[in-house]
Amino acid sequence: MGAARYLPAVAAVMLAAAAVPVRAETIQVMVDKLVFSPAEVNARVGDAIEWVNRDILAHTATVKGGVEVMIPAGKTGRVTLQKAGAIDYYCRFHPNMKGRIIVSAP
Amino acid sequence: MSVRKYSFALVLAFLGAATAAQAADKPTDPQIAHIAYTAGTIDVAAAKQAIAKSRNKVVVSFAKDMLRDHQAVNKQALDLVAKLKVKPEDNATSRALSDAAGKTKASLAKLRGKAFDKAYVANEIAFHQQVNGALQTLLIPSASNPELKGLLETGLKIFQGHEQHAVHVAAELQ
Repeated sequence: MGAARYLPAVAAVMLAAAAVPVRAETIQVMVDKLVFSPAEVNARVGDAIEWVNRDILAHTATVKGGVEVMIPAGKTGRVTLQKAGAIDYYCRFHPNMKGRIIVSAP
Repeated sequence: MSVRKYSFALVLAFLGAATAAQAADKPTDPQIAHIAYTAGTIDVAAAKQAIAKSRNKVVVSFAKDMLRDHQAVNKQALDLVAKLKVKPEDNATSRALSDAAGKTKASLAKLRGKAFDKAYVANEIAFHQQVNGALQTLLIPSASNPELKGLLETGLKIFQGHEQHAVHVAAELQ
């Protein structure tokens, strides 16, 4: 049996592997006592950010002139990152709360 | 009376009260709890007045944010004093705050439309500044129970946020 016989099969497996993108991750940011923690996170396009609100107050993750994610009291808020770049956000209800997401290409 | 005039009067009234309390003795935990709760109640009442009177979406939405946050914080404060078996105690600072708030509410009641909106938001900025000043210089340093101190410290961060939020709303009303 020649090795050549297996080559197409091996190639098919490899191509399949290459076609599967890097698995998207969910990155958690804790919200506790009016602090986003970590304040800065690194992510890739396709990843999701999930804010976990431990406060008794509702918060938001708001990009100035852009999207807003509601983070209800004791609950979570979530967004999927669509494009690369740095995103600065704040809480619209308590603008002294600030965070940053650095999104790299997938 | 112009916004500036009555805001200034309120500052004087509050600072006078805070200074009087400081001059006498530092407030006790039961007094601190009462002052903090009173300040929250005042802002809840101010928010209800704004929700009833204003026709401006941004102002009403801000007032609803104030109502929700201050009610949540006051509920937490009540839960804490119950847990600590502290009985909030009325005092000169609480009374001065309530008196000043009563006068502000009466002044605001006479205003309409944009004049009301601007006056309400300007007062929210002034009121949060005063309360934050009192928290930083008097209430937090005087609190002896660590849990009460912790609640006041979180309260300070919340109210500093409200102050900034109110400044943003004021800018939108220009």
